[in-house]
Amino acid sequence: MAIANRATGLEQVRDKTISSGKKADLPVASLILGALSFVGMLISLWMIFIYAPTDAVQGPPQRIFYFHVPMAWLGMLSFVIMAVAGVVYLLKRDERWDILGRAASEVGIVFLTLAIILGSLWGRPIWGTWWTWDPKLTACLILWFMYVGYIMVHSYMGRTPESGRAAAVLALVGVVDVPIIYEATNWWRTLHPAAEIGVAGALPPSVTLTLMVALTTFTLLYCFMMIQLYQLVKMQTLAQRLRATVEYEIGE
Amino acid sequence: MSDPYLAIHGLKKSFALKPVLRGINLELARGQRMALLGANGAGKTTLLRILAALTKPDAGTVTLAHYDLRQDAQQIRHLVGFVAHQPYLYEELTALENLLFFASMYSVPSARERALSLLGEVGLERRARDRVATFSRGQVQRLAWARALLHRPQLLLLDEPDTGLDSEGLALIERLLEQHTERGGTTLFTTHQLERALHLGNQIVMLANGRIVYQQATASLEPAGARRAFEEMVR
Amino acid sequence: MPGEVHDVNPMDETGTTSIIGNAHIFLTQVWAILWKDIRYELRSKQTWTGMALFALLVLVIFNFAFDLRVDNKAAVAPGALWIAFVFASLLGLGRTITAEREKGSMDRLLLCPVDRKAIYLAKLLGNLLFIGVVEIVALPVFAVLFDVPLLVGALVPVVLLGSLGIATVGTLFSAMAAATRARELLLPILVFPLIVPVVIGAVRLTEDLLAPVANEPPWLGLIIAFDVIFLSISMLVFEYVIEE
Repeated sequence: MAIANRATGLEQVRDKTISSGKKADLPVASLILGALSFVGMLISLWMIFIYAPTDAVQGPPQRIFYFHVPMAWLGMLSFVIMAVAGVVYLLKRDERWDILGRAASEVGIVFLTLAIILGSLWGRPIWGTWWTWDPKLTACLILWFMYVGYIMVHSYMGRTPESGRAAAVLALVGVVDVPIIYEATNWWRTLHPAAEIGVAGALPPSVTLTLMVALTTFTLLYCFMMIQLYQLVKMQTLAQRLRATVEYEIGE
Repeated sequence: MSDPYLAIHGLKKSFALKPVLRGINLELARGQRMALLGANGAGKTTLLRILAALTKPDAGTVTLAHYDLRQDAQQIRHLVGFVAHQPYLYEELTALENLLFFASMYSVPSARERALSLLGEVGLERRARDRVATFSRGQVQRLAWARALLHRPQLLLLDEPDTGLDSEGLALIERLLEQHTERGGTTLFTTHQLERALHLGNQIVMLANGRIVYQQATASLEPAGARRAFEEMVR
Repeated sequence: MPGEVHDVNPMDETGTTSIIGNAHIFLTQVWAILWKDIRYELRSKQTWTGMALFALLVLVIFNFAFDLRVDNKAAVAPGALWIAFVFASLLGLGRTITAEREKGSMDRLLLCPVDRKAIYLAKLLGNLLFIGVVEIVALPVFAVLFDVPLLVGALVPVVLLGSLGIATVGTLFSAMAAATRARELLLPILVFPLIVPVVIGAVRLTEDLLAPVANEPPWLGLIIAFDVIFLSISMLVFEYVIEE
C-alpha cells in the first residue's frame, strides 16, 4: 500500500500525466451520451426498417446502407482522430493524447470492421459476389490494415512512450496516404470496371432523413464508446505502471 | 550559486513506466569536478544520458552555459563529451576512421591532425588503422575517450570511468582529466566507490532512489560523515 | 595538448551565417553517414548478395507458378517484377537500421549534434543504393526470363521513382520496427498497406511501357507526388521516432 501510494498518489496528482481535473465531467457526459444513443437507436431502427422506402432496384438489402455508411464514416473519422492525437502527442509528449489515440483505434476498428462486413453482405445479393474492388471498400480494407498495424505497434512494443510515438507516426502517415490510395484504386478500377457499392442517383428526402438520423445516432454511440474506452485505457495504463513499480521495488 | 554553469532543476524521468529520477536539483560551477555516487539502478546513468541529450526528461529543466536542453539540444551536444559504459564506436571501422567520422559529425576543424594527435594522447597511434573489433577492452576504452575529447567539449560526462582499467589506464584517465580541467573544462562523473570520488572530484553528490541525499564539497566535508552517508545510501 | 576548451560554441563561430554553410555541413554529414554504412556493409558481407539472389529466385518462381505461355507473359511480367522488388526491398530495409540497433544503439549517432534529417536521408540513400543494386541485377534477368524488351528507356526512372516511394516509407518504419521483438513480422504489416499507390502506379507504368495503352491516368504524377509527400513527412517525423 505504501508503495502504491508513493507511485500513484501524490506524485501523480502533481504530475500532469494521468490525473485529469475533469473527474466529474466524463461520467456525466458518458451517461447522457449513452442515454441519447439508446433513444436514438430506437428511433433509427424504426426509421430504417419501417419509415424508409424500399429501394426499387435493390430491394430490402439496400437498408444495409443505413448501417454501412455511418459505420464507415466513423471508422474513418476515428483514424483521423488517431492521426491528430498522434501529432499532438509527438509535439507535446502528454500521454493523454496517446491514450486518446489508443481508445480511438479500438473503437474505430470495431466500426470499420463492421462497415466492411456490412459492405460485403450488401454486395452479395446485389452483385453476386462477396467482394468487389470498389475504391471505397478497398480504401477501407487498407485502412483496416493500418488500424491493425497501429494496435500491433503498441502491443509489440509494450505500450510505452516509444510505442506511442511509433504509432503516432503510423497514424499520421496513414491518414495522408488513404486519400492517395483511394484515388489510385479509383484510377486502376477504371481499367477493370467492377461492381460498385452505393446508392445511385438523387436520393428521396425520406432516405436522406433516415440516413441523417442513423448517422447522428451512430455518432452519439461513438462518442459514448470513446469516453468509455478512454477511461478504460487510462486505467490499463495506470495498472501497468503500478505493476511495473511494484516489480521494480520488489526486484531490488 | 548565482548563474551556475550547469543548472538542473526538478528533473524527473520514468523509464518503461518505472520512475528512475524523482526530482533532481543540482548546480555545477565552471571547472568543477563533481562525483556522483550511487548504487546500481539509482539513476546515475539516466542522469548522464539526459545531460548528453540522449534521453529527454519527463519534467524539469536543464541549463548548460545558458542553453536550455529542451530548446537547444543540438548546441548542448556540441558542448558535451560522453564516455559511457558502451564505447559508442563502430567495430567494423578502424580507429582512425571512427575518429574521422565523429569529427565530421561534430564539424571538427583539421580533423585528420586532431584525430591523429588524440590517438597519440591515448596511446593508440600504432593501432590507428586497425579495426576496432580487434581491440582489447582497454584499448576500446581509450578510443572512447579520444572520441569524447575530439571536439574539445566543455562538459565531460563519465559513467564509471574506472571500471575495468589497469593502473596504466587509470593513470591515463587521471591525466586526461587534469588536462581537461586545466583548460577550463567541467566534469561530472559517476562511481560507486567513495575513495575514487574523494580522490578525483571536488564535489560529492549521492543519489539514492532517484533523489539526491547528500551533497558536499570535498574540501569541506568530514570523511567519517561522508562514509556514514555512503553506507546508509548503499543499504 | 594544444588548444583551449572552446569558450565559444563552435556553432556560434559559423553563427547564423549562410544557408549555404549549413547546407554544406548537412550534406557532409549525410555523405559521412552514408559512406560509413556502405563501408560497414562491404566489410561485414551481409545482406546485399542475399537480396539480389532473393529477387532472382522470386522471378524464377513466378515463372513456374504462372505457367506462362507466350501470350501470357507480357501481362504477368510487370506484376512479377514489382513483387520481387517489394519483397527484396523489405529484406534490405531492416539492414542499415539494424546495424545501428544491434550494436547497442542509434545512440552513437544521436549523441552527435547531427541533424536527424541528415541521418534519415543517409539511411534512405543507403537503402536505395542496395535496392538499386538488386534491381540492376534483376532487370536483365527479368528481361530474359519473361522475354520482354528491356531497355525501354523510361523503365529506369520508373523503377527509380517506385523504389524511392517504397524506401521513403520503409526507412521510416524500419527505424521504428527495429526496436521490437518481431521486427521481420511487423515491418511488412506496416509498410505494405502504405505503399499500395506506388505498387499500383509502378506496375501500371511498367505495363504501359511494354504495351502502351491510350488514356492512361497520370500514374507517373501520382508516384512523384507520393515520393515528395512522404519524403517530406518522413524527414520531419524521423527524429521523433528514433529519439528517446
